[in-house]
Amino acid sequence: MHFSRKSLGIPYFIFLLLFVVAPLIVLVFYAFTNGQGQFTMQNFTDFFTDPNTMGTLVYSFGISIVTTVVCLLLAYPIAYFLVMSELKAKSTVVMIFVLPMWINFSLRITALKEVLSFLEGNLAMHPFLNSVIGMTYDFLPFMILPIFTTISKLDDSLREAAMDLGANDRQTFLRVTLPLSMPGIMSGVSMVFLPAMTNYVVLDMLYNSTYIMGSLIGSYFNAYDWHGGSMISIILLSIICLFTLLTSDQEDESLRGGALL
Amino acid sequence: MTRRKFFRYAFLAAMLLFIYLPILILAVYSFTSSTQIGAIRGFSMHNYVTLFTTPELRNMILGTLALAIGSSILATILGTAGAIGAYYSPPGISNLMQTLNQVPVVNADVVTGFSLCILMVVALHVSKDTFIPLVAGHVTLSAPFVFLSVMPKIKQMDSSIYEAALDLGARPSAALFKIVIPQIVPGIFAGFMLAVTLSLDDYFIATYTKPATFDTISTYVVNATKGAQTTIKTALWALSTVIFAIVVLAVVFMNLSAARQEKGGQRVD
Amino acid sequence: MEKTGNIIELKDVSLVYEDGCKAVDSFNLEVRRGEFVTLLGPSGCGKTTTLRMIAGFSKPTEGDILLNGRSIVDLPPYERPVNTVFQRYALFPHMNIYENIAFGLKQKKTPRDVIDRKVRHVLDLVDLEGFEQRRVNTLSGGQQQRIAIARALVNEPEILLLDEPLGALDLKMRKEMQIELKDMHDKLGITFIYVTHDQEEALTMSDKIVVMNEGRIQQTGTPEDIYNEPINAFVADFIGDSNIFNGIMTGKLKARFCGGEFDCVDDYKEGTHITAVVRPEDVELTEPAKGTIRGTVDSVIFKGVHYEITVLSGRNEIVSQTVRSAQPGDYVGIHVDPDNIHIMMAEDNTNYFFVDINRDYQLEYNGHVLETNLTKIIPASHRTEDGTVLDAGGEAVDPRRVRIRAAIKPGDMEMTDDQEAGLIQGTISNLIYKGDHYSYIIHTELEQDFIVDDEYLWNMDDRVSLLMPEEKMVFSVRKK
Repeated sequence: MHFSRKSLGIPYFIFLLLFVVAPLIVLVFYAFTNGQGQFTMQNFTDFFTDPNTMGTLVYSFGISIVTTVVCLLLAYPIAYFLVMSELKAKSTVVMIFVLPMWINFSLRITALKEVLSFLEGNLAMHPFLNSVIGMTYDFLPFMILPIFTTISKLDDSLREAAMDLGANDRQTFLRVTLPLSMPGIMSGVSMVFLPAMTNYVVLDMLYNSTYIMGSLIGSYFNAYDWHGGSMISIILLSIICLFTLLTSDQEDESLRGGALL
Repeated sequence: MTRRKFFRYAFLAAMLLFIYLPILILAVYSFTSSTQIGAIRGFSMHNYVTLFTTPELRNMILGTLALAIGSSILATILGTAGAIGAYYSPPGISNLMQTLNQVPVVNADVVTGFSLCILMVVALHVSKDTFIPLVAGHVTLSAPFVFLSVMPKIKQMDSSIYEAALDLGARPSAALFKIVIPQIVPGIFAGFMLAVTLSLDDYFIATYTKPATFDTISTYVVNATKGAQTTIKTALWALSTVIFAIVVLAVVFMNLSAARQEKGGQRVD
Repeated sequence: MEKTGNIIELKDVSLVYEDGCKAVDSFNLEVRRGEFVTLLGPSGCGKTTTLRMIAGFSKPTEGDILLNGRSIVDLPPYERPVNTVFQRYALFPHMNIYENIAFGLKQKKTPRDVIDRKVRHVLDLVDLEGFEQRRVNTLSGGQQQRIAIARALVNEPEILLLDEPLGALDLKMRKEMQIELKDMHDKLGITFIYVTHDQEEALTMSDKIVVMNEGRIQQTGTPEDIYNEPINAFVADFIGDSNIFNGIMTGKLKARFCGGEFDCVDDYKEGTHITAVVRPEDVELTEPAKGTIRGTVDSVIFKGVHYEITVLSGRNEIVSQTVRSAQPGDYVGIHVDPDNIHIMMAEDNTNYFFVDINRDYQLEYNGHVLETNLTKIIPASHRTEDGTVLDAGGEAVDPRRVRIRAAIKPGDMEMTDDQEAGLIQGTISNLIYKGDHYSYIIHTELEQDFIVDDEYLWNMDDRVSLLMPEEKMVFSVRKK
C-alpha cells in the first residue's frame, strides 16, 4: 500500500515546523542577541529595569483585569438569564447577542468611537474608561458563548436536586450553578484576558496614547528594532504560557473552538 | 410578569442596545450626508456611491476578500489533511502535532505576526511584496482552527467505516474521498468558514507581513481613523452597514436551513 | 477445485504487536467450502484479530493464510474475495440503502442494470424489499444489521466474515437473527466465519467451533464435541456452566476429587493428575447415605424451568440444576453418574484454594493470618489510615463479593508431623510413586484435597500438617 492516511499529515507537520516552530526559534535568537549578532541579556534587563516598560506591563494588566471583570459581570447574567428564560430557540437568541462578532472589529470600534465622541465630546478625556469600553465591546461575545454553552449543558436535575435538598434560589445558584459553570468562565476569561493585553489597536483608535504590551511590539516594529521586539514577544509568550497553564485545569478546551464557530 | 422576570428581560434588552446601538446609529447616518453623529442632515446615498466607485476602496475590499478566500482554501486543505494524518499517526507524532497546533491558537496575534515577520522578512529576506509572508501568516492563523474543527468529526466517525470501504473493494484513495471526507464535511466547512472569519477580522498579522501598498479592511480602517479625510471616513460607515447586512442575512439563512433540515429529518422518522 | 476442499487455511499464523504483546499465537485452522465456522472466546482472546487477518486489515507477523491454496497475506483488503459484516455495521451514513449496497459493485465497475438487479435480489434475501431510497439513520438496529449483511453478500464473496454481528441487538432480535443467519448460510452455501463471545450463539449456529483464549486455540470441534468433551478446564468453564475440580486417578476408572472417590468412564493411569468436569444438570442430590459425598445446601435459586442449588461440601462448592427444590441448610448427598463425569489430564497439578478476607482486611486461611498485603492483590487498591482497603473505584472491598484464590504447586509444599507448624492439617488419602518422588493427596479438615510432591515415603492415613510458604503462593482476585 503506497498510500497511507498517516502520510496525509506530513505537509501540515512540515508547515507547523516552518511557521510555528521556526519563528519561535528565530524569536528567541533575536531576543538574546544584539545588532552584531552577539549573545546579550541587555534586552532582557532593559525591559525589567526601564520604568516605562514596567509601567506598560502594569497598565496592561490593569486594562486586562478590568476588561475581563467587566466582560464577566455582563456576560454571565446574559448567559444565565438566557438559559433560565422561557424563550424557545435559546441558541438562536444567543446568536443575536454574539452576531456582531462577525463584523470586522475595526468597523465596530469605529461605530463605538463615533457614539462615544458624541457622548463625551473629547475622547482623550477618559482614555482608560474608553479603552475598557472598547475592549468590552470587542470581546464580549467571546465571554458570552462559552458561559452560555456550559450553563445550558448543565443538567436541570442538579438544580432541582439542590432545591429538593432545601437550598433556596440564591444558595442553589452559588453552590451549584456557579461552581459548575467554572469551565465556561475560565475559557471566556482566557479568551478575553490575553487579547486585552495585546490588542493595542483598540487603544489607538480611541485616542488612548498609553502603551500596553502589544503597543511595545508595534513601536519596536516601526523602529526596525527586531531584537527589542523579539524580547517583548518572548515576555508576552511567557505570560501567555503561564496563564494557559494556570487556567487549563479548569478550562474546557472544547469551548475555545466552539465559541468561535 | 414577576418583577424578577421583568428585571431580567430589561437587562437583556439593555445589553442588546449596548451591542447594537453603535452599529445601527452608524447605519442610519451612513444614509445621510452628515460627517459626524449628532448633526442631522438630509438623506443621501453618496457614501454608498463613494464606497463602490472609489478604486482605492474597491481594491481594498476585493483584496481582503481574495486574501481571505485564498488563504482559507489553503488552510482548509492543510488543516484537514493534517487532522486526518495526525489522527492515524502513532500517538507520539499525533500528540506533537496537536501541541504545535495549539501554539498559534493560544498565542497573541501580535506575537504570531511579529515572529513570522522576523523569520521571513528579517531573517530570510523574503520580500513582503511577494505576498508570501501575508498568505503564510493568514494560513498560520487559521489552519490550526480548521484542524481543531475537523479533529472531533474524525473522532466521532465509526472507525470501521473506512475498513468497510476497503473490504468492499475500494482502494485507499477512493475510500478516503468517497467515504471519509463526506463524513467530516461539516467539520471541514465549519473550519473553512472560521478561517474566512479569522482572515477578514485580522489586523495584526496583516500589519506585520503585508506589502506596503496593499491594505485589508482592518489595516485600512485603522489608518483611515487616524487621518482626517471625511469622505473616506463616512464611506466606511457605509461599508460597516453593508457588512452588517450581509452578516444578518447569512445568520438568518443558516438558521432557516438548519431549522428546515431538522424538520426534514423528523418527517423521515 | 483443490483436492483438499479447504477454502481457507491458516498455517501457524501469529501476530505479535510492536510492544511484544502476542495477539494471536500459532493459529492453525482449515475451513472447508461452505462450512459455518465460529471463533469463540472471551474478549481479548484474539478472535477478532484473526478475522481481521483474514479480511486483510492486519498482517500476520508469522505464518501464512491460503485462500484456495494460494497465499493472500500480501493482498490488500480490497483485492480479497472476502467481505465483512462489521460489529457496529459500519454503514455509510451519507449514502442511502441502495448506494450502500451498490458500493462494492460500483468499485468493480459493474454495469448499472446488473447492479440494480443484484441490489433488489439481496434486499429480497434479507426481507427488506423497497428500502432502496431509505436513509441509514431511519433504520432500526435490526434493519441496519440486515443491510450490512446484504451489502457484504451482494459482492458474492467466497467467504463471509461476521464480527460479533448480533452484539448490538436485544435478546429477542438476536435469537431471530441467529435463525435467519443460519437459514441464509444453508441457502447460499457461502462459507461463513463468525466471531462471537456468546457460547450459546456458537453452539446454535456453527458446524465447527474454534474456542480461543489468550491468542491460542484451545479446542476445535463440532458443537457437540466441544460441549460434551471439553479438552481442558478453560473450555469446560467457558462453554456452559460447569463444576470443575482438581483431582487424581486413584485406580482403574476411579478418580478422587471434591473430597470423594467417584467412578468414571475415562481410563487414565493411576496417579495421573486430572481435572474433572461435571455439568450442573448431571449433579444429582440424594439422601446423605446414598451420595458419594455429602454437603449442606447453601442457596436455592428458582430459574423458571429448574432450580439452581449450591451445595457446600467442606470448602467445595457444587452447583446442581434440578427440577426438585431443596431448602437451604438441608443435609444432602451428591451422586454423579460415571458417564457424566468428564475427566481430562490436568495441565498442571497446581492446588487452588480460597482464602478469606477478615475484618481487618487481612488474608486469613484456616484461622491463620497471612502476611501478604491485600492491596498487592487487588489492582489499584489502597489501605486507608483506619485499615480499610479501598478498591480502584474508592469503595471498601466487600468480602462477600470479592474472593481471593491462592495457587500453590505440589512441589512447593511440604508435610510435617508437627501439627502446629503448618497452615492446615489433614490425612494422607492417596500416594503414588512417580519414579523419583511420591505424589500424595492430603484430605484436609476443610474437606479439600491437596496434592503434595515429596521424595520421602509417608504412610497412608498419616496425619500431617501442610507447610505452604507464602512466597510460593500466587493470589488472584475472583468475583462472586
